[in-house]
Amino acid sequence: MAEDNILPDDLLRQLISVGEVDILVGLHTHNHAKTIEHVVQVIREGLLKYFPRERIAVMNADGGSTDGTPELVRAASITDVRHANSFQTLRTLHCISSQYGAEVSTGRAMQMIFAAADLLRARACAVIAPESSEIQPDWTEKLIRPVYRDRADFVAPVYRRNRFEGILVTNLLYPMTRALYGKSIREPRPGEFAFSDTLASRFVGHPMWNQEAGRLGPEVCVTLEALADGFRIVQSFLGSKGQAERQAADLVTALRQTVGPLFWSMENADGAWSAPPEAPTLLTIGPAFDISTDGAVNVDLARLHQMFCSGTKDLESVLNSIVSADTLSQLQYSASLDEAHFRFSDELWAKAVFEFASAYHHSVMSRDHIIQALAPLYRGRAYTFVTENLNVAPDALGDRIESLCLTFERFKPYLIELWSAPERGS
Amino acid sequence: MTDMIVRELGQAWSEFTRAFAHLLPRLLAMLIIALVGWVIAYVLKIMLRSLLRLVKFDRLSERAGATQLLSTAALPSPSELLCQLVFWLAWVGILLAGISFLDIGGLQKHIGAFFLYLPRFFAALFLIFLGMLASGFFARAALLAGVNADLPSPLLLSQAVRVLIIILTISMAFEELGLAQRTIIIAFTIVFGALMLGMAIAFGLGGQGLAREFLERRLSAQRRERKHESDLSPL
Repeated sequence: MAEDNILPDDLLRQLISVGEVDILVGLHTHNHAKTIEHVVQVIREGLLKYFPRERIAVMNADGGSTDGTPELVRAASITDVRHANSFQTLRTLHCISSQYGAEVSTGRAMQMIFAAADLLRARACAVIAPESSEIQPDWTEKLIRPVYRDRADFVAPVYRRNRFEGILVTNLLYPMTRALYGKSIREPRPGEFAFSDTLASRFVGHPMWNQEAGRLGPEVCVTLEALADGFRIVQSFLGSKGQAERQAADLVTALRQTVGPLFWSMENADGAWSAPPEAPTLLTIGPAFDISTDGAVNVDLARLHQMFCSGTKDLESVLNSIVSADTLSQLQYSASLDEAHFRFSDELWAKAVFEFASAYHHSVMSRDHIIQALAPLYRGRAYTFVTENLNVAPDALGDRIESLCLTFERFKPYLIELWSAPERGS
Repeated sequence: MTDMIVRELGQAWSEFTRAFAHLLPRLLAMLIIALVGWVIAYVLKIMLRSLLRLVKFDRLSERAGATQLLSTAALPSPSELLCQLVFWLAWVGILLAGISFLDIGGLQKHIGAFFLYLPRFFAALFLIFLGMLASGFFARAALLAGVNADLPSPLLLSQAVRVLIIILTISMAFEELGLAQRTIIIAFTIVFGALMLGMAIAFGLGGQGLAREFLERRLSAQRRERKHESDLSPL
């Protein structure tokens, strides 16, 4: 069995004592003492309220926290919730925690959760991000119900976002995923998601876990592999998640966690995305798109522009190996413009991203270097996105994103051509 | 007297003809070996060229930066250079083996030394190739890190990394070849030491303002800059 190698002995003993469950909730943590107690309490509250008759376990895969996170998970008492909210449960709610290894890796934690879900034969498993401080009790219901009651295989979340929050998602991950698979997955890197027993047993031994992409960005890999394998996917609106929770350490780390897994997944599921895209409809529970325009925008636009211009100039030798001569000259022309006239068009962005994907596929250089070289281009694109949408209404912003998606879809034949063509210069 | 001279001349002539008759088959054998050696070396060159084309050696060299370096020095492509090198080494090696058939005193020792030197030569070549690969990789890594960290001169940093690795590689290759070992080690120590000292002095004296600005930015304004980044959270 695949689980033998994935689950440590102490966790295996705990799981055996739990026995089969209907629902498993997985939490991957590393020094999340500040938020984990609240998150676990809200999860339990939601489980007791919406699934009182089911056999449930909450499992924490910890990366060796030194701030007492696993103890907080284990100590979060079920009786506190009952007393506070007068909930009654007919079943025992188990809460277990285990350390997955010496090295901190979300991918390793996620693999352990998949293996545990498979071993316990959980009909539905939800993964909740440990830093989700704005979590609500109904999140568990919104994520689990489509799998548990309606036989969906994968539930992706939809969050309420601020207009300039998650530009990498709205300008690259979402349009590219949609262009590849023809499905409007709004959050291809979900902090929270749920999956079925079928998907768990299929993915527990998936090659992604042994790859850099699976270790750094398992959420993206799982979403895209579910799309590629044709699983039944549903989206569920959760509400606001809070900006700070989704923040990566820096831009390059964010690119490694998202774009790297995206490109890897394209290579792994080569045949699945090269077919003509279907209509991008997807069953969504709640609104499929919710953008808030509240609050002032405090962004150093001049710095973004300067970093794009200097980056494009300094990285000429690197970009020369990645993008086509035409794209490079357009980038250089853009970099020569001042802030008032600068514009990184949808077409140039889509073309450049597809050429980066192709360069990754052909391994024209170290793949990590290809991902890093995308950072200055992202800054240029982010500058244009912010300046063009500073004062637009949420609906108009939605239209802009839709227009970008259509540009990505229009350029898809170009991607296929690049992908299947022999490497430049060979 | 005349008879004696004639007899001696006759004897010398007969010795010469005997020696020539003794040498002629060996010379012929050597010439045949040289010809066969040329054919073998040529076939080796063709085979190596196909193999290098198959493994895309030129692309690898291009990525390592070796191609640009060779073209700057008006040399052929790395694969062509390697093919030519293998051709000449194979032919000269076989030719020397043929020459040893001539049985010329003292030559055997030098031929033996030549063959013993070949592994060191190839090891030095391999070191240089690895060094070029490493210098290309680390120079690009430094460039990308410099650009993404918004450092003042990422290109300069990248070139410095490349030059340092190439100097280190060349000194290692010379050491492997056993050429001017002491000179190379002393020269490397002086150059490296001077470079480090120069950088330390430059940063300490010339870059006081820069260092202060850097530390101030790191310690006091870091939070503000992060706020700007956080308002534009990529995820």
